[in-house]
Amino acid sequence: MPGTVITYIVRRLIAAIGLLIIVSAITFSIFYLVPRWAGASPETLANRYVGRAATEETVKLTAERLGLYDPIAVQYWNWAKGVVVGAEYDYGAGVERCPAPCLGYSFITKQPVWPELLDRIPVTLSLAAGASILWLVFGVAIGVLSALRRGSIFDRAAMTVALAGVSLPIFFTGLISLAFFSYRLGWTKPGGTFVPLTDNPVLWAQALILPWITLAFLFSAQYARLTRAGMLETMNEDFIRTARAKGLKERNVVVQHGLRGALTPILTIFGLDVGLLLGGAVLTEKTFSLPGLGKYAVDGIVANDLPKILGVTLVAAVFIVLANLIVDLLYAVVDPRVRAK
Amino acid sequence: MTNDNAFLSVRDLRVHFPTDDGLVKSVDGLSFDLERGKTLGIVGESGSGKSVTSLSIMGLHKGGSARISGEVLLDGQELVSSSSEEVRLLRGKRMAMIFQDPLSAMHPYYTVGHQIIEAYRVHNNVSKAVAKKHAIEMLDRVGIPQPDKRVDAYPHQFSGGMRQRAMIAMALSCDPDLLIADEPTTALDVTVQAQILDLIRDLQSEFNSAVIIITHDLGVVAELADHIQVMYAGRAIEYGTAEDIFDRPQHPYTWGLLGSMPRIDRERTERLIPIKGTPPSLINVPKGCAFNPRCNYAHLNGGASETERPELLDSGAGHMVACHLSPQERQKAWETDIKPKL
Repeated sequence: MPGTVITYIVRRLIAAIGLLIIVSAITFSIFYLVPRWAGASPETLANRYVGRAATEETVKLTAERLGLYDPIAVQYWNWAKGVVVGAEYDYGAGVERCPAPCLGYSFITKQPVWPELLDRIPVTLSLAAGASILWLVFGVAIGVLSALRRGSIFDRAAMTVALAGVSLPIFFTGLISLAFFSYRLGWTKPGGTFVPLTDNPVLWAQALILPWITLAFLFSAQYARLTRAGMLETMNEDFIRTARAKGLKERNVVVQHGLRGALTPILTIFGLDVGLLLGGAVLTEKTFSLPGLGKYAVDGIVANDLPKILGVTLVAAVFIVLANLIVDLLYAVVDPRVRAK
Repeated sequence: MTNDNAFLSVRDLRVHFPTDDGLVKSVDGLSFDLERGKTLGIVGESGSGKSVTSLSIMGLHKGGSARISGEVLLDGQELVSSSSEEVRLLRGKRMAMIFQDPLSAMHPYYTVGHQIIEAYRVHNNVSKAVAKKHAIEMLDRVGIPQPDKRVDAYPHQFSGGMRQRAMIAMALSCDPDLLIADEPTTALDVTVQAQILDLIRDLQSEFNSAVIIITHDLGVVAELADHIQVMYAGRAIEYGTAEDIFDRPQHPYTWGLLGSMPRIDRERTERLIPIKGTPPSLINVPKGCAFNPRCNYAHLNGGASETERPELLDSGAGHMVACHLSPQERQKAWETDIKPKL
C-alpha cells in the first residue's frame, strides 16, 4: 500500500512538471508574441533594459546579448534552462551570474526576479494561511448550524449575510473596513506594513487582521452555503438513521456521521482555493497595499515587465499543482472508497 | 387483545405529519402486542404505514415534525411520552433495527468494525480493544468468514449479503430484546435472501428476542413470522397467526395480496390477480373502510363500507379482522371466489 502511494505521488509530480512546462510556455509565448504583433521590435524591447538615452548600437548589442533576435523556441529554451541550472547574463560591462532558479531580471528595477518573489511569498502565505483558517472554521460552523436549524431565524439571517458575502467584491468590503476600522477607529494601521511573523507575531497579526477578515468574509460566505447544502443532504442519508438507531448522542450523529460525510467536497474546494490564493490574492493585496505575490503580479502587468509576470505565473502554477496533489492525497485519506482504485 | 406477557405493546398509535398539502396520517390508530421470542410480520403496500410504525417505536420520529400519540410500551416503559434522551438510551441497547439497503445504511467512511464498536460502546463502558473483540465475535456469529480480518474492511468491500450480516451483527451487538427488521431482504439477491432469513431465525432463538419483520413480501413472513399483521392506510386490517393469514384469510385486501403473490404450485396459464386501483392518499383517506374503493365486495353490505370505519374485531381464536362483511359472506367469497384461484 505505501509503495503504491509513493508511485502515485511520483507519477503525479512528473505530470505536474509537464504541466508547469506547458503553463510557462504558453505564458512565455503570449507575452513575447503580443508585443511583436503590436509592432514592437527586438530593439524596442531591449530599450527597456538600457534606458531611453542609449545609442542605437548599444540597444542592438543588448538585444543580441539578451537573445532577443533568436526564434521564440530558442528564447524559451534559454529561459527554461535558466530556471533549472541558472544563467549568465553578459551586459558588456561584465558577466552577471544568476543562480538557479533564475527567472530573469525585471525590466524596470533590473533586480533578479526570484529573490523578489522569495521576499513576497511570506506575505501571501501569511495572508492565505490566516484567512483560510478563519473562513474554514466560521464557514463550516455557520453552515452546520444553519442546516440543523433549517428555516430558523438564525438560518435565514446567516444565509442572507452569506449571499451578501459572496456578492460583495473585496475592493468594496476591504475599502469599507479600511475606512471604518483603520481611518475612523484607528484600530489598525492602514496597509503596507507587513512584519514577518518571526520578527514580531503581534505586529504581524495586527497588519494582517483586516485583510484576513475581509478575505475570510468572502470565502466563509461561500463555505457556509456549501456546508449547509452538504449537511442537509448528508443528514437525510440512511446511515444517519442507522447512527441514531444505535442510540448515539445527536451531537455525535451530527459531527461524526453527518459532518464527516459532508466535509469531503468542502475539503476539495478548500485545497484548490488555498492553492489559488497562494498564487496571489490580487484584489486583497492591492486593496490593503500588501507587498505579496498578487500585488507583484499586478505591478508587473501594468509595467509590461515580462520576467516578473512569468515568475509569478510559474510560482502560482506550482502552488496550484501542489494543492491539487495534496487534495487528491487527502481525498484518499478521507474517503476509503477512493483508496481502493 | 391485551396480553400480559407482551414485551412490546402498541396502543392506538397515531403518527401524523403536517405538510403543505394537509395532514398525512401515516399511522392512524394501530394496536398490537408482541411477546419475547416471537416474530411479528407486518405486511402491506408502500405507504401503508409499516416503516413509520417501526421508526416511531424506535423513537426516530421524535424531534421531527411528526405528531405522535398513543402508547408504545416496551417492557412496561411508555416511550411516546418519554423524553428523546430516555428513548435514545434504549435505542441500540433494548431495541435495535436493521434496514433495507445495507450499503446506504452503513457509513461509507468507517470500517464495518468501527461501526459495530461504536454501537457497542454507546451502551457499554468498555475499552476499544474489548469492543473490537466483541465486534469480531459478532461478525463470526452472523457467519462472516475471517471475521478478524473483515472487521477492518469498509462496507463497500463487502458483498450485499455480507453487508446485511454485518448490519445484523451491529444491531445485535448489545443483545437487544426487540429487533425490528425493515425490509431486510428486499435489496438482496434471492439466493442470499433465504440465508439472511435463516440467520435472523437462528439468532432469534439464540437471543430469545422479539422480532418485527416489516415487508411487502408475503414469502418472507411465511418463512419467519408467528403472527402477521396486515396494514392498510395506516391501520391494521387483519391480524392472526401465519396459518390464519395464509389458510383462512378474512379480509378482501389480504385476499388481494395473496392473489398477487406468485406461487410455484399455480398453473402457469393462470394470471396473477393484481389488486385493482392504487393505494389511497393518506391525506384524504377514503371514508368508511379505507379499502372500499378497491374492494370487490363492498356493495354487499348496504353501503356500510362507505360510511363507517370497521373496527378490528376478533373473529375467533385471536384472528382479528376489520371488515363490514359478515363472517358468512366472507366465508362464501373465500371458498368460491378466491381460494380456487390461488
